[in-house]
Amino acid sequence: MNDQLTLMTIVLGIIHSGIRLATPYLYAAIGETFSQRSGVLNLGVEGVMLMGSFFGFYAVYQTGNPWLGLLAALVVGLLMGLIMGVVSITLKAEQGISGIGMYMFGLGLSSLLFKTMVGSVEGVEGFSELRFCVTDTLCLADVPILGDIFFNHSIVTYGAFALVPLAWWILNKTTWGLKVRAAGQNPEAVDSLGVNVDAVRYVSVMVGSALAGVAGASLSISLLGIFQENMTNGMGFTAVALVYFGSWRPYGVLVGALLFSGVNALQLWVQVLKLNIPSDVAVMLPYLLTIVALALPFRRSMQPAALTKPFERGEN
Amino acid sequence: MTPDAKLLPSGLPRIESMEMRGIVKKFPGVLACDHVNFDVKAGEIHALLGENGAGKSTLMKILYGLYHPEEGEIILNGLPVEINSPTDSLNHGIGMIHQHFMLVDTLTVAENVALGLKSTREPRMDLDVVSARIRELAVKYGLKVDPNALVSKLAVGERQRVEIVKALYRGAALLVLDEPTAVLTPQEVEELFHIFRQMAADGHALIFISHKLDEIFALTDRVTVLRDGKAVGSTLTSQINKAGLAAMMVGREVSLSRERPDVTVGKVRLSLKGINAFNADGQQILKEINLEVRSGEIVGVAGISGNGQRPLAETVAGLQPVASGTVELDGQLVTGLPPARMFKAGLSYIPEERMHDGVVKDFSVAENLILQDHIHAPFSKGIFLDFKFIAKHAQRLIQAFNVKTPSRETLVKNLSGGNIQKLILARELARGPRVLIAAQPTRGVDIGATEYIHAQLLKGRAEGLATLLISEDLDEVKAMSDRIAVLFEGRIMGIVTSDEVSTEQLGLMMAGEAAAV
Repeated sequence: MNDQLTLMTIVLGIIHSGIRLATPYLYAAIGETFSQRSGVLNLGVEGVMLMGSFFGFYAVYQTGNPWLGLLAALVVGLLMGLIMGVVSITLKAEQGISGIGMYMFGLGLSSLLFKTMVGSVEGVEGFSELRFCVTDTLCLADVPILGDIFFNHSIVTYGAFALVPLAWWILNKTTWGLKVRAAGQNPEAVDSLGVNVDAVRYVSVMVGSALAGVAGASLSISLLGIFQENMTNGMGFTAVALVYFGSWRPYGVLVGALLFSGVNALQLWVQVLKLNIPSDVAVMLPYLLTIVALALPFRRSMQPAALTKPFERGEN
Repeated sequence: MTPDAKLLPSGLPRIESMEMRGIVKKFPGVLACDHVNFDVKAGEIHALLGENGAGKSTLMKILYGLYHPEEGEIILNGLPVEINSPTDSLNHGIGMIHQHFMLVDTLTVAENVALGLKSTREPRMDLDVVSARIRELAVKYGLKVDPNALVSKLAVGERQRVEIVKALYRGAALLVLDEPTAVLTPQEVEELFHIFRQMAADGHALIFISHKLDEIFALTDRVTVLRDGKAVGSTLTSQINKAGLAAMMVGREVSLSRERPDVTVGKVRLSLKGINAFNADGQQILKEINLEVRSGEIVGVAGISGNGQRPLAETVAGLQPVASGTVELDGQLVTGLPPARMFKAGLSYIPEERMHDGVVKDFSVAENLILQDHIHAPFSKGIFLDFKFIAKHAQRLIQAFNVKTPSRETLVKNLSGGNIQKLILARELARGPRVLIAAQPTRGVDIGATEYIHAQLLKGRAEGLATLLISEDLDEVKAMSDRIAVLFEGRIMGIVTSDEVSTEQLGLMMAGEAAAV
């Protein structure tokens, strides 16, 4: 009986942290989906996340207002996206390399700013869990099982999940989404119809980058309430992989993000419970999963045809 | 006259006249358009004829707002207009059907049409409204299109119709048609011409770009010829003949007919038996191919682009793995051997993607002339290249094959398409092959160079070479070949004697009907 209870607690714990941990992946990967569907591979997500993470943290640290933190992360993300846009769209630099540059830039600058402006690891009071209380004592979050899974997250996490249908709707049902999809597939056709390909790509990259900034902030001011150097630790790169895993579709990205964060949560519990699996293997697990998923050949055919190809008019 | 008489079937106003005056456009090192005048009126089909690089596309891209001219003006219905982008030209009622389809494969027909247009329900799309309007236009203009079809699933002819609908939907009163027939069967071309004639009769103004003389005579009212960026002549189509037009285009008299002297055919040099092959996606791209080419014979392969021509050429060249069947070169079984062994067995290969597969464009002319043979004598001694011999060899071939190049050290990327093709031809023929695969040897090559390449192929034939000539240009296949094999979806629909088959029969076979001969 006791064993069953413990098992139950563990499974619940895994599901709950799986949903929580999906938050930064969802923001970053949905953002990257927009960027890639328009034809721009932004490998710098990791760097943007770090910048968003720091500025989100710093704004809350100074003002105590988590909404200002979110706004700061969004604006920093937009600016980083603008830089990426100038380099890869206007100057037509090789996207993979400029993305790595963005990563290094974000990693270095966020560390430097942290050291000079904050110094030591400090905690902030960020977004707290909503709990959905009807009265002072009656909260939906306290409903057994379902409460913990569905009603015990911060607004930032709910936002991440709400973003998925929104992104799907924008991409597939709006005139803007049509332009984004077409720009990533055949920019010449888009240009020939009098649509500014560069403008479509700039907006997509900047929106994607702003979401990456929010993804970083979701870590520092929602999930953890602290900032550390290099705290994203590869999440941004994983987000890029999730876009491939999800075949450039928001719901595919959702499945990938949940699978990934689920495995991640699993490995945390493997470590917590000191099971007889080397923790290194457990830490590797999500990444192995990514590599296997990426190697599946059918996904490649869904790749936007003009991904990573700068657009230039009249080359023939 | 009612006011309605001035409207097109699409309900939009006509463009009574369009005039381009004194257009000058410079690219680095080239004067692409040199004070060109051009005009077209409602109800008229005006041909723009010229070799590749003569400036036709540049002139039309200026009209469409993709390029900006250094000098000159565009006058619509008597008033000068500024056209700085495709948006401007579309707003003025000018539409363009591009040589390479400007369609997004992964979208539906309706989505392609709606792309970039304001919706009635912003920010949402209104694809039902768009579809209804497409159907309406389709009925008015006799264009069969299904708005819900995915473009990637459409045949080439259907895509062409989608392009026309796209332009009409945007209210095009003047349509620029940039080589619209390049990838169609003769029957599809006839159907398309019918549509164009109807559009002209309804009051549209059409500009038809082509380098195919037959099409000019079949379709157009007037013709203007461009050469080296200059308009060298403009006349009513009915007042000139083919030879006259060709001379205007090239700047000298050219021979349009090809004489195939009688040659005694010899033994079988190339034999394909029961070849089946698949592509990377597992689709069958060659089905039970049986084909023989004899010494002194040119066998043509006709078909619409993408029906197995490329895999067929690459099978013989050792680049396409075969699932079953045998390839014999000059009596040797070579199935599945790498290209180097094929070349050793007497094969020469002119690939269809000349810049991609035929030359290394950052190498010099001399280096490109020894791509296969640099590893053995006389081009190298041991591990060292014999540069003296290589230079002599290059000099000899440049002269013998009339390759126009500043020097043998010039990088190939700086040569014109026709000269690159002559260079490849020189390299491949100088190797003394017994079998030649010539894939699209004159595609995108000017009339002068085409004439020369054809002469060389016929010379090879007279000397006993077995040639497999793969071409999408039906006139070329008919004029050059002794026998013609027609490919459709990877299968040979029939092998016919070229002098006994009509273009119509070939067209039907290209569309998938078995040989009636």
